[in-house]
Amino acid sequence: MATCIPDHGRRIVAAVDAAARAAGVTPGLTVTKARSLVPELQVVDSDPEGDLQGLRDLALWAGRRYSPFVAPDAPDGFWLDITGCASLFGTESALIKDLYRRVAASGLTVQLAVADTAGCAHAVARHVPAGRPVTIEPGCQRRAIAILPVAALRLPARDVDGLHKLGFDRIEQLIDAHRAPLAKRFGRELHRRLDQALGMIHEPIEPIFPDHLPRARRGFVEPIATAEAFAKVISDLVDETVGQLVCIGKGARRLDCYFHRVDGHVQAIRVGTAAASRDSRHLAKLLCAKIETIEPGLGIEAMTLVTPLAEPLAARQGESLEAAGHQGPDLAALVDALANRFGQRSLHRLDPTASIMPERSVVAAPALAPRNGHGWDDDLPRPARMLDRPEPIDVIALLPDEAPRLFIWRRKRYRVTQGDGPERLHGEWWRESGAEADKALIVRDYYQVETETGGRYWLFRLGDGSDQATGSMRWFIHGAFA
Amino acid sequence: MRQSTVLDDLRARIALIEGSGVRHGSIPFGVDELDQRLPGGGIASGALHELAGSSDLADDASATIFLTGILARVEGPVFWCLRWRDLFAPALHLAGLHPDRVIYVEAGSDTNVLLAMEECLRHSGVAGVVGEVSKYSTTASKRLQLAAEGSGVVAFVFRRAAKPEEGDGSAAVTRWRITAAPSEDLGIPSLGRARWRLDLERVRGGNPHSWIVEACDATGRIALPAALVDRSAAAEDRKSVA
Repeated sequence: MATCIPDHGRRIVAAVDAAARAAGVTPGLTVTKARSLVPELQVVDSDPEGDLQGLRDLALWAGRRYSPFVAPDAPDGFWLDITGCASLFGTESALIKDLYRRVAASGLTVQLAVADTAGCAHAVARHVPAGRPVTIEPGCQRRAIAILPVAALRLPARDVDGLHKLGFDRIEQLIDAHRAPLAKRFGRELHRRLDQALGMIHEPIEPIFPDHLPRARRGFVEPIATAEAFAKVISDLVDETVGQLVCIGKGARRLDCYFHRVDGHVQAIRVGTAAASRDSRHLAKLLCAKIETIEPGLGIEAMTLVTPLAEPLAARQGESLEAAGHQGPDLAALVDALANRFGQRSLHRLDPTASIMPERSVVAAPALAPRNGHGWDDDLPRPARMLDRPEPIDVIALLPDEAPRLFIWRRKRYRVTQGDGPERLHGEWWRESGAEADKALIVRDYYQVETETGGRYWLFRLGDGSDQATGSMRWFIHGAFA
Repeated sequence: MRQSTVLDDLRARIALIEGSGVRHGSIPFGVDELDQRLPGGGIASGALHELAGSSDLADDASATIFLTGILARVEGPVFWCLRWRDLFAPALHLAGLHPDRVIYVEAGSDTNVLLAMEECLRHSGVAGVVGEVSKYSTTASKRLQLAAEGSGVVAFVFRRAAKPEEGDGSAAVTRWRITAAPSEDLGIPSLGRARWRLDLERVRGGNPHSWIVEACDATGRIALPAALVDRSAAAEDRKSVA
């Protein structure tokens, strides 16, 4: 299958799928020639506007999910500035993996590259056929693009041909060559692109925003640069945005504030809320808490506040006469403030799950999420402090089912005076993950023991004490009781 | 008689100047022996309290449940700021603090834990704030104490794996040390109710004291062991005679 575009009365192949490529059809051939190669080739008219719209939609999706800085890099890519956004996913590579997985799952063939500069990322993504995300370490752009063809520099096709004629095939040749003669022939564009890719001059990315969501913008006659001024403008912008949100009956879940610097840099702060909100004081406070991350440089000449994520929120009476309940909107404000400061993941509530193994019986849930409906057990003794993973200990114990008399943990000797148990837990064989706790026959016999100083510990033995198939009979410590 | 009214008046005026004049009430233990020793008759709300176990995990676990027992008897959400997650929620439930009420903040470092605590303490809708740190400075304790006074929220700094000599120079109103104590031998291969040694190492407007108590029940209440109630009273008498 191939798409075609009209060109001077002929039809030229614009893009091909994998099957057509395998058969030798390449973009740039005339349709007639392509048909002669592959008679059963299906040709459809290409739809450049539709492609651009699709690209824009994809970029906006990535903008909602990963970073406020997103811009389409027509015709076939988009840029995502992930500076400072990695913490939402843990690490940069986790973010990249997530992006790759999701785009690939949607059926697109995707090439990802992470680099210091947009130019370098553009070149590597398109000219390194790695088949997986490529990360260029900071400061290594020069090494990364040196062996790539000059076409990777985003130059007009005419210039690329010209360079080839002069014998310039790879970028490293350009880096080493004298600049003046080349500039005379190809203009300043050539070296501008080269410097952009190498990170010697800055290339601003003009982010795009969804059309239908509230947006507020202020331009300034005189650039501003102080935190107080930013706070004032933010509160104005938030008020305007809240007004727009009221009109469409929605509340903000996420706000991006862009600071346009005089020299063309755009910086952004992004805040999220745990529940849709139209409380302008609360939203302004969240944004103001992040002002310190902005480098004003010579001054900010415009600020834009965008709401990339909004959810329906019914109209509500503001300050009612009744006192707010304990779980009132107040708590959401605190949760947001903490989540924006320490990361969404660091804030959670714990919910019980249906699992026998103690280490799996609790899962983290978002702080204000509804309860999952499982109940907590009331009768089984459970330790207050549990070790991340059980640690092996040496014990003196009588088989098959007496509590240990003595155990050695972290090179310290504990003499046991009293004990209770066993509480027998069977492995969750239906999980089949291959982990020890999930083997079909595995048994853990848990004992509560009290040492001579009164400390109470939770020990277990793998295996039932008589049958080797149920475990190795080794002892572990798993936690401490009150 | 006359002198004591003058003294009371002076105390009230000093309290007003110190800013501790605003009383936010207190959370009693429901055990007279303890409550009598604490100004206000319990753990003061709107104040910072410090507690520690020891480097032994079982002592830290005891301190955790002691703390849980106090929080179980107040209404509303509790924020628990930790450096890492080794707290096991079902145990909180067993001591009467429903896990739905607890929101955990995994802040990652001591500094962040203290920052998170301060943020939480500025909210009056919170029932209690706990912060687990390994070390904290006098300045930090003053900040937390001021924040707690302002909102009336009770705050606890839990020093994890604390060594006995640590913990001087803090603005906290009380300082507790909780260590496990041997429980009663039931004579059968089973365990009785756990016991703790409770050291009130410092209390503003009171004197240090130690108790042996029985651990929290399902509603978070501690109790004095039946056999020990009389003995400690007798010891007190002897001390006051001498």
